[in-house]
Formats: sequence, C-alpha cells, structure tokens
Amino acid sequence: MERRKTPLWDVHKQLGARLIDFGGWDMPVQYPAGTIKEHQAVRSSVGLFDVSHMGEVYLRGPNAREQVDRLTTNNVAGAAAGKAVYTLLCRPDGGVVDDCIFYKKSDEEFFVIVNASNTPKDLDWFREHIKAPCDVVDVSDETALIAVQGPKAVAMVDALAGGTLAHLPTFSFADATVAGVACIAGRTGYTGEDGFELACPNYDAVRLWNALLEAATPLGGLPIGLGARDTLRLESKLPLYGNDLDDDHTPLEAGLGWAVKLDGREFLGAERLREQKRTGLTRQLVGFKIDDGQRAIARHGYPVVDRALGTVIGTVTSGGPGIVVGGAIGLAYVPSTKSAPGTQLTIDCRGKDVPATVVSGKFYKRS
Amino acid sequence: MSTFPADLRYTHDHEWLRAQGTGWRVGITQFAVDALGDITLVDLPKEGDLVTKGQRFGTIESVKSVSDLYAPVSGRVVAVNATLKDSPEHVNSEPYGKGWMIDLEPTEKSELDELMTPAAYATHVSAQ
Repeated sequence: MERRKTPLWDVHKQLGARLIDFGGWDMPVQYPAGTIKEHQAVRSSVGLFDVSHMGEVYLRGPNAREQVDRLTTNNVAGAAAGKAVYTLLCRPDGGVVDDCIFYKKSDEEFFVIVNASNTPKDLDWFREHIKAPCDVVDVSDETALIAVQGPKAVAMVDALAGGTLAHLPTFSFADATVAGVACIAGRTGYTGEDGFELACPNYDAVRLWNALLEAATPLGGLPIGLGARDTLRLESKLPLYGNDLDDDHTPLEAGLGWAVKLDGREFLGAERLREQKRTGLTRQLVGFKIDDGQRAIARHGYPVVDRALGTVIGTVTSGGPGIVVGGAIGLAYVPSTKSAPGTQLTIDCRGKDVPATVVSGKFYKRS
Repeated sequence: MSTFPADLRYTHDHEWLRAQGTGWRVGITQFAVDALGDITLVDLPKEGDLVTKGQRFGTIESVKSVSDLYAPVSGRVVAVNATLKDSPEHVNSEPYGKGWMIDLEPTEKSELDELMTPAAYATHVSAQ
C-alpha cells in the first residue's frame, strides 16, 4: 500500500531526509545531520518537527462540554477557554484508548490533537460515546502541524508572529498569524523543551515551514526527524502510546495520576480508576538507568527478570541511549514492590543479564 | 545510486572486506551506516577469538535499533578496533577507514570466493 504523505513531504526530500514507514505514513526519521545532532539542537537551540500525520478533530455543539467531560480523565471540560489540556481517553476497564491534547475554545467547541496511528480508533470512540447535539468533525486530512521546540523556540516564533505569542502561558493556545500564516498556536510540545505546536491548513504548511526554517538556521536550529523526537521524549519521560501506554495498562499504572481528576466526576473508566486508587497498584511504569559500564541498551519488549525467582517480572516499554543525559535509559512496567527509586532491576538484553537501577522523575529537566 | 569502493569485497549483510597482508579487514558499508543512523555502541570479539561464517561475532547499537554483525568468512580475529569502544561515531564518519571493526585471518580460503564485487554489491543494494 502506498504510504501517506504530509504536505511537507517534498520539503523533507529536498532537505535530504531519510524517510520510513511510520504507521502508514512516509515520514522523516532523520535529516542529514543525524539523530544525535538533531537531539542536541533541540536541547540547545531550536528544532522543527513535521507532525502533520497526527490527527485533529473538532468536537462542536451545545452539548460539547458535558460530552467531553464523560470522555476525558483530566478536567478538560472545566478548564478555562484558551487552555490546552493533556488527558487520557479511557475504556470503562481503565485501559487507555489514547493520550491527547484538548484545546478548549469554549464550552461549545474543543479542538483535539490525537496520535496519528490512533486517529481512526479515536474517531470511532468519539462517535460511539458522544451523544448529539455534539458534532465530531475530523479535519486531519486538511490540517498540518509543525512543532517548534527548544530554548530559542519561543522568541523565534514570537518574532515571526509580531510579538503576539511570547506572553502565551504554557499549556495555553491562541489564534495567531505566524509568518503570514493563520494558525492555532499551542504552547505545548513533546520534547521537554519550551515551544509551540502550530496547526495550519495544509496549503500553507510549506510557506510556514520555510519561514520557520529560515529563522531557525542562523540560530543553529535544525529540522528534526522521528528518531530524535523519540529520544527527546524519552529523556523527558513523556510516554508514547503503543509503547508505554496501551489498553492493558491504566493511567495510574503509567504514572499519569496527575492527569486523572476523579473528584466528583464520572467519566469512562472513573469507577475502575477509583477502585484502583483505593486498592493500590500492583504494577507501575518506572524510569530506569542501565548501570554504568554495562555497554548495553535495553529496548522495547526486553523482559525484566528476577533470577532468584526464575521468572519474568516486567517488561521494558521504551529504551535507548540518553543523548544529553548520557548512559542508557528506559521505561518499564515492574511490580510495585520493585518500583522505589534505587531498586535494582535485571534486564535480559538479548540473552545477557544487565543490571539497571530505578530512578525517579525525568531523566532530563530543562534549566 | 550509491557507489562502493572498488578495492573492497562485500557481503549480503552489508559488510566490506579489504585484503591486508595475509588477512582481511572487516567493516560495515555506507549503506548499512545510512540505514542504522547514529551508532552509539559497538560490541566486538576479543583478539584470538574464532568466528564462523554466518555466525554472530558482535553487535551494533544505533540510537534506534540493535543489529547483529555476522562473520563474513570463518577465521581468527587477529586485531580489533579498540577505538570504537569510546568513539563508535567513527563508524558513521568513516565506515571504510577509522570505522573498521576487526581483522580476520581466514581459515576457509574458499569462502572468500563467495564475496561480492563492488558491482554485484551495488546491484544487491539497489534491489533493497
């Protein structure tokens, strides 16, 4: 089957990107600079990401607020207009359908950004669970999304927006004109850095991208592929759906309790999550660091083992080199008894037992 | 289409070999490097180890993935590129130079006949 292309596909080709199949999309995994340099550029300057493959959906109608409230673990419906809220969509059994960001425009209108590979599933989920009068309008096919991330991102985008965006608080959004292109600008991202995600019509995507790249290049900025997108989000301990989140694990097990607001709310999955909170978790997602000097990287799917018991006790969900923090880092589901920071884990890395240590918090925190 | 150094021989697993005295130097090709992306760790055998054609003799970890290195021919490892332990990026920057991996003293000379010429390898690569 032919891979889908974002409106920036020709630009990626011209920039010399290496393109790979990503959930049916032909996406840049890296540009000529390579993943490590791209990662470093985002940590020290600014990077541009084409994330147009992600889905965008409007939920609109007089009932939108109460419908959204039934679907979201976080208090999206009760947020102030202009806020962008990270939330999970949960099944009644607490399993995660997707993680996404809801932009609240008003009680009657929400703009939702969902994971590319989950877009059809999420649309079905919305249509199955949302009662009229509230329309589910999929604008994914006509909407481009460009993320601009890094310590120099805000000033750079602000300058291209005539000084209208620097004041925008984190996890807020506004209609903006960036380099002459009308966008929805969210002060959001997936790298652990400050920055924006800019949604614009497909037909304006190349113009916006080129203006951003022209501004970024003198700052040492680079276009960033999916390779560095993954290493950046892992260093900042941001979960990836399909790796660290899925319908077999609840948000509480994934350490996303901060995005689950149970007080006085009844959303899909709330009952199960309340019960889980009461009875306690039996397994949890933890961050780990491979012990120094091991010369090994634990990757998605590697088993966490207990050789004394002779059993597999957990699974690595994400792992790779810590580009800026050094060493090898990862995330794994382990029994709660093994989740305290400092706990020693043994990971079976392709037949070799490798020691690792549970660490708390993000691997990388921006200064 | 890529071109590959004319003085080398190649394997289907994207390794190159260069005749050196009585032995052969082994590394991975530019095509392999491009596919792997930034290499962060190279695990190699020890000097004196015996390797068997087609069997794993080491691993390469890139940012994105892990790959096995398969012995292009059977033989004894007579030298190992120790600089790759601290500078695996040499494989990215100079796959045919500073990024070499091991020197092999072949034990089954006939296996060398099965290696590909640069032209044959280029055809192999363009089919991928």
